[in-house]
Amino acid sequence: MALLEELHKTTQHLSKHRYPHLDDAQILQVDDLSVRYESGAALEGVSFSLNAGQRLAIVGPNGAGKSTLLQVIAGVLPPTSGQVQIFGNAPGGHICIAYVPQRSQVDWSFPVTVSDVVMMGRVGQLGLFRNPAKRDWQLVNRALDVVSLTHLAKRQISQLSGGQQQRMFIARALAQEAELMLMDEPLTGLDVNSQEQIFTILDQLKAQNVTVLISLHDLQMAAQRFDEVLLINKRMLGIGEPALILSPENLLAAYGGHLHLVPTSDGILALGDTCCDGEHEHA
Amino acid sequence: MLEFILEPLNYAFMVRGLIAAVLVGVVSAVVGTYIVLRGMAFFGDALAHAILPGIAVGYLVGGGAREPLFWWALATAILSSLGIGAISRNTQIKEDTAIGIVFAGMFALGVALISTVGNYTVDLAHFLFGDVLGVRNADLWLIAVFGGFVLLAILAFYKEFMVLSFDPILAATLRLPVRLLDFLILILIAVTIVVSLQTVGVALMVAMLVTPAATAYLLTRRLPVMMALAASIASISGVIGLYISYYLSIASGSAIVLTCTAIFGLVWGIRSLVRVNL
Repeated sequence: MALLEELHKTTQHLSKHRYPHLDDAQILQVDDLSVRYESGAALEGVSFSLNAGQRLAIVGPNGAGKSTLLQVIAGVLPPTSGQVQIFGNAPGGHICIAYVPQRSQVDWSFPVTVSDVVMMGRVGQLGLFRNPAKRDWQLVNRALDVVSLTHLAKRQISQLSGGQQQRMFIARALAQEAELMLMDEPLTGLDVNSQEQIFTILDQLKAQNVTVLISLHDLQMAAQRFDEVLLINKRMLGIGEPALILSPENLLAAYGGHLHLVPTSDGILALGDTCCDGEHEHA
Repeated sequence: MLEFILEPLNYAFMVRGLIAAVLVGVVSAVVGTYIVLRGMAFFGDALAHAILPGIAVGYLVGGGAREPLFWWALATAILSSLGIGAISRNTQIKEDTAIGIVFAGMFALGVALISTVGNYTVDLAHFLFGDVLGVRNADLWLIAVFGGFVLLAILAFYKEFMVLSFDPILAATLRLPVRLLDFLILILIAVTIVVSLQTVGVALMVAMLVTPAATAYLLTRRLPVMMALAASIASISGVIGLYISYYLSIASGSAIVLTCTAIFGLVWGIRSLVRVNL
């Protein structure tokens, strides 16, 4: 069975055939999604949907299943039950989904240059035995331009700063011509300037009608910079405007005792789980 | 000096040995680049040892003839690499443990089979440590054809292998046939090991796979350059090693491997002194 599936993927990779995008279908629909590992449940009964061009922040504590959710949506990890649909079809037949990895999960000493990595985004559309053509280089150069990395294109990837590394992966997603970008903690560990550069790029993506799903540690940032948040801790605790969703009750349900709620003049301030670098959940 | 270089070339076995050492050096170093980057050194070492029973059966069946050895070794190598992959995928045993089980079990079986023959120590030594000066024209053809096949496959799947080695999740989201490509890499390693068998033998094989590639990794952070450097270092080591073996009368396989190791040590030493930042 597995062999047949692989052969099918090979023929797809050769012929460049993909699932069609159904016009009336939403770009992303998640129905009653559950993932269970041997160690226990990672996600339980998550359902939501996104329209093209929407930007959603996924927030929740460490181990809440944020990375797991992104990987299931990307079609990299099979769900235990429930389903994910991209434009009306299972994610496995789409190459319009880009997964932007956490920086900590990348081998930065790998012998590739920045433009090599961005060109990797083209490999799915190139297919076997085809070399990059003029159009592929144009897309790569334009993507590098959007994230302001043109001058570093020939550098080895270990020579980039954290913010530049993150922007390189966004450029790769652009070169892939992704319509749905899944970003795993893109702002973690970056200084304020680098974070602002990422936000500028996110606004450009929105203008281009790219749908973006971002997992975040920082509750304050989610509340201030995003129109919509999804709060999870294995179970789904709410989706919608941050002011409604990040309510004290919901946050207590998500974070339990790890969160301090401080009353202030304009409401309640949540001091939360924003500390813990390097302590990422693993799929 | 010229005399020093030319004299060994009067012997046909030396010329064949040199050609074999250079061909094997290029193929194993290029494949070794992926082994180094993907952290598969233990797998490579184990696979080399695991083909011993195949060689033993070929040896017993053919009554000492060389012809069947290559094919038996090739079949065993491919089966072992697929077996290791299947065990680690389908059980809860970690991959390095699975490799350890298959590797030691197969190697023991190989030694047991060969020990049933009378003059087994001499033959066993050839399988373990190589016999590059015993290479015949037919062997050279096999090395060239199968080595060429490995290099062509790497060229054809270059961008897919690069994506798979750097970022497996990207490979999955680009819907590349990840498992098939993984198997293909295992098979290329298996073929490379069989092709290199006569030069360094199963016990020293891992050195040909990782040492030149690791040396190149100290010198560059460009994948194509790394492959070219590794291939050059390996072929030069093959030639120097054979000359050392000729003049100092030491075993050819160990002379080649020691040369590789010395070049690695030299590059490492110079790099620590100069402190190049790659």
